[in-house]
Amino acid sequence: MLLRVGFLAPLVIYLAVFFGYPLLANLSMALREYTAASFYTGEAPFVGAANYAAVLADPVFGTALGNTALFTAGSLVFQFAIGLALAVFFQRNFPLNGLLRSLLLVPWLLPLVVSGTVWRWIFDQEYGVLNQTLLGLGVIDQGLPWLSSTSMALASVTVANIWVGIPFNMVILYGGLQSIPAHLYEAAALDGAGPWQRFRHVTWPLLRPVSAVVLMLGLVYTLKQFDVIMVLTQGGPANATQTLTTWAHALSFGELDFGLGAAVGNLLIVIALGFALLYLRGLRAQPGAPVAGRRG
Amino acid sequence: MTRVSGNPAHRLRAPSALVAAGLLGLTTACGGGGGEGGEVTSITALDYNLAEPQNGATESMLQECGEQAGVQVEREALPREQLMPRLLQGASQQELPDLMLIDNPDLPQVAATGALLPLEEAGFDTAGYYDSVLAVGTHEDTLYGIASGVNGLALFTNTALLEDAGVEPPATWAELRTAAEELTQGDTKGFAFSAIGHEEGTWTFEPFMWSNGASLTDLDSPEAVEALELWAGMVEEGSVSQSVVNWSQADVNDQFLGERAAMMINGSWQIPVLAEEDVDYEVVPLPVPEAGGEPATPMGGEVWAIGRNGAEREEKAAEVLRCLLSDANMSEWAELNAYVPAKEELAQRLAEENEQMAPFVESVPTAQARTAELGVDYPDVSAAIADAVQQALAGSGSAEDALAQAQQSVPES
Repeated sequence: MLLRVGFLAPLVIYLAVFFGYPLLANLSMALREYTAASFYTGEAPFVGAANYAAVLADPVFGTALGNTALFTAGSLVFQFAIGLALAVFFQRNFPLNGLLRSLLLVPWLLPLVVSGTVWRWIFDQEYGVLNQTLLGLGVIDQGLPWLSSTSMALASVTVANIWVGIPFNMVILYGGLQSIPAHLYEAAALDGAGPWQRFRHVTWPLLRPVSAVVLMLGLVYTLKQFDVIMVLTQGGPANATQTLTTWAHALSFGELDFGLGAAVGNLLIVIALGFALLYLRGLRAQPGAPVAGRRG
Repeated sequence: MTRVSGNPAHRLRAPSALVAAGLLGLTTACGGGGGEGGEVTSITALDYNLAEPQNGATESMLQECGEQAGVQVEREALPREQLMPRLLQGASQQELPDLMLIDNPDLPQVAATGALLPLEEAGFDTAGYYDSVLAVGTHEDTLYGIASGVNGLALFTNTALLEDAGVEPPATWAELRTAAEELTQGDTKGFAFSAIGHEEGTWTFEPFMWSNGASLTDLDSPEAVEALELWAGMVEEGSVSQSVVNWSQADVNDQFLGERAAMMINGSWQIPVLAEEDVDYEVVPLPVPEAGGEPATPMGGEVWAIGRNGAEREEKAAEVLRCLLSDANMSEWAELNAYVPAKEELAQRLAEENEQMAPFVESVPTAQARTAELGVDYPDVSAAIADAVQQALAGSGSAEDALAQAQQSVPES
């Protein structure tokens, strides 16, 4: 009995200190008028749902929520599609396969600050490599304001984020593909299935559990994405790339209104939690999927 | 404000707000030398002078002044973006540094906590200081912070490019607009400024608002709209790059150095940076709406403040601060950083010796404290102004609509 507690205690303490406490502190902070002065005086008057009301009534909220949705959906769809295409491609045997696959991992290994800074340079309106190339090819006749126009900035940061996320999708999906028994493909080929049919009827259904995991992890990761946007645009111009995370940061550390920042943070947690529940329900509805705790 | 050294990557060390906000209360504060009671043998100091030569100079000045006061000064320096979170974290433990260097628009926030020692209590003599310098260290009629030197904004012009185009440094808005247009050639834009979406962008825009008679509490006034239309117009005409919405002041300086901008608005602290490069430039006061008008620049720079840590430590901190503000130290600091000394006599002497500093010295008496009207509400309004500027420049709305929206964030008094 004591031994059991001994094994469990470190985990429980760890969770309580590093997850439980900050979470509760954040929940309580969102219910208070928590300003810079509160840190010293310890006085943060309870204001109930006023912070949530203020956040929801703020015109930036709609913008940030919409941006978060577009940014997340755009990132997920393209990261997954391109990652899957690359994974299927690397399933074939060809020279330099291993080397190329390792090289494709580089974006994932680079610190986000570095990738962000490089993309900032690529997108630069005056001398960025993207505009120079397009101008050279005669596609456009003047440099496009990739990051400095409110109508293009969100698409641009999404592209940068897609690039960052492709290797992750590719590697996990590649792993999933490796676990599909080769004889299924042989059997399908014997039955006369072409490449598309083999993908559609063998690869796709057998890859579903892995796909679900990749998409779920990608979703949570993208929802809380912060670094790429911060380096590229800091949520600007004029909130055009403001997502819930960058807005929470701006409210807390820019305007020093920690109550409002915490409220936005909590809303983000609720959204992520909603998707996590959907995911768990989806798994339960799907027989044969690896659900934690399911036993023979 | 704000010598932002290096690149925007500095801003990123803060993890996402959720985690940071949660952890702020959790982390144990460290620091705080000297004991309760007993002899005070050491005091702590916190600043953000990380770039050289400021870093070394701050260190040696603090040590020297500490020796004179008979205490060891334990100095800590952080990137600017981490200073406020760190101060707030310290405040939550009732453990502020004994001496701290705060960017002046942030002072009301810290002073409002009640954690700072009113400098009058410490018996500071403010004779000889510019009134405008004392104003930026004042919160609700009490002096909490005092600057060794201040900075401001002026127009930097590339001498060679202006000569080639046959353009004189502009003095009025109309001249600025024509000059910028004539100087735009090939890869070179006529003019550049920082319109980034936070305080750096706001403070660059403020002199245009103020010199046109607009105020921070009346953002949708015709005067403010006119100022923003000037900026938006120059972007539209192509004499200012639209990318200014993503440029910090350091980025603007890089553009100027690379001759991608023939003129720029920047602060005096860029003078040492420019001195290291091979560029011939002039500094003139910021252009005003009409000839003969007064430039109205915001007062920039950091103030030293003393934390309430008990009478004995406060006394030692005050002694060290008095030494930092001695005439000799003040002049040395000003020279090293291209700051204007806070005492009028020293500033005048500097203006006579150094013509590049003269426009900055000239602007100090009329320079305005950004927080004078709004106090602790300033960060909120500053963010709204930066947003409005970006909206007008990035092409999604008229200056009038953008400022009308910004006006909503001004608290009703």
